[in-house]
Amino acid sequence: MAKIIVVTSGKGGVGKTTTSAAFATGLALRGHQTVVIDFDVGLRNLDLVMGCERRVVYDFVNVINGEGNLNQALIKDKRVESLFILPASQTRDKEALTMKGVAKVMEVLKKRFEYIICDSPAGIEHGAIMAMYFADEALIVTNPEVSSVRDSDRIIGMLSSKTRRAVQNLPPVKEHLLLTRYSSKRVNTGDMLSAQDVQEILAIPLLGVIPESKSVLQASNAGIPVTLDKNSNAGQAYLDVVARFLGEECPQRFIEDKKGFFSRLFGS
Amino acid sequence: MGFFNYFRATYPPKTATVAKERLQIIVAHERKQRSGQNSTLDYLPLLQKELLEVVRKYVAIADEHIKVNLEKEGDYEILELNITLPDPDNRST
Repeated sequence: MAKIIVVTSGKGGVGKTTTSAAFATGLALRGHQTVVIDFDVGLRNLDLVMGCERRVVYDFVNVINGEGNLNQALIKDKRVESLFILPASQTRDKEALTMKGVAKVMEVLKKRFEYIICDSPAGIEHGAIMAMYFADEALIVTNPEVSSVRDSDRIIGMLSSKTRRAVQNLPPVKEHLLLTRYSSKRVNTGDMLSAQDVQEILAIPLLGVIPESKSVLQASNAGIPVTLDKNSNAGQAYLDVVARFLGEECPQRFIEDKKGFFSRLFGS
Repeated sequence: MGFFNYFRATYPPKTATVAKERLQIIVAHERKQRSGQNSTLDYLPLLQKELLEVVRKYVAIADEHIKVNLEKEGDYEILELNITLPDPDNRST
């Protein structure tokens, strides 16, 4: 049975697209048939982050409008077997995603893929609602920062009222908290909300913590999902997230600061 | 906390603590508003008024001495009723 997972946050710039690319790549690395869809119509960027921007011919909206078929629009990743990208349209507006159209595409994708990752646009408008509507599970990407946490709470509210599962009275969308741009050092000095703080406020289970890392920008510069960078701690953290998502026991490695003996003794 | 922290003077609360408290308040408030849109919270003010009248039959209390609060915790809704009784000397019997 195919699973539809929305990557959402409300607030922009917290790492939805980075997460969508890294998470989808991680699932595909485990051998799962995975497709990642860009729902940010008009502002597509997943193609750039995935490094396939020059291979886009047909897009999601073309498929919905019948101007091209799904096989023409799906871009096969050149690095990871079983990973596909469905790019958003750059020229249309968000209203081009009709509920019926999205539903039809999802039905076809569900037959072919195990995991369908929906990269949501920022905000709480039509595009964001379309991205979450068909979801079975949700990754709520949050920065340990007041505006991001507040917006995440808003999105959690929408997941329980505006999705297909909510409307049809099905079991609710399973929510996972993913904290990104986390600095355990700043948590220790009391300048940053801790993973536990954010989890207490939002009251959803924590799937993982992605440390603030230079390698995230380096990866997007090069168009390589950060999970393919073996030396990146952020990449490792995303791989842990994938393992936990697949139900494996995997201890949280990035919440605690690795302090030396002396800094423990003398305080920070 | 390092060993020497125990000898340090107490500082004002850390910014992360302030952030957490602010968020807890605003998030709780906004959740209440959201759930209020399609629930039965409308009766609360009336309930408060009538409860006040009942209690007043026996004890003289001011409006601000009764608080009614509805909280949601998971599947449970908790109706909290808080009445502050005045000092025994001032009680009208």
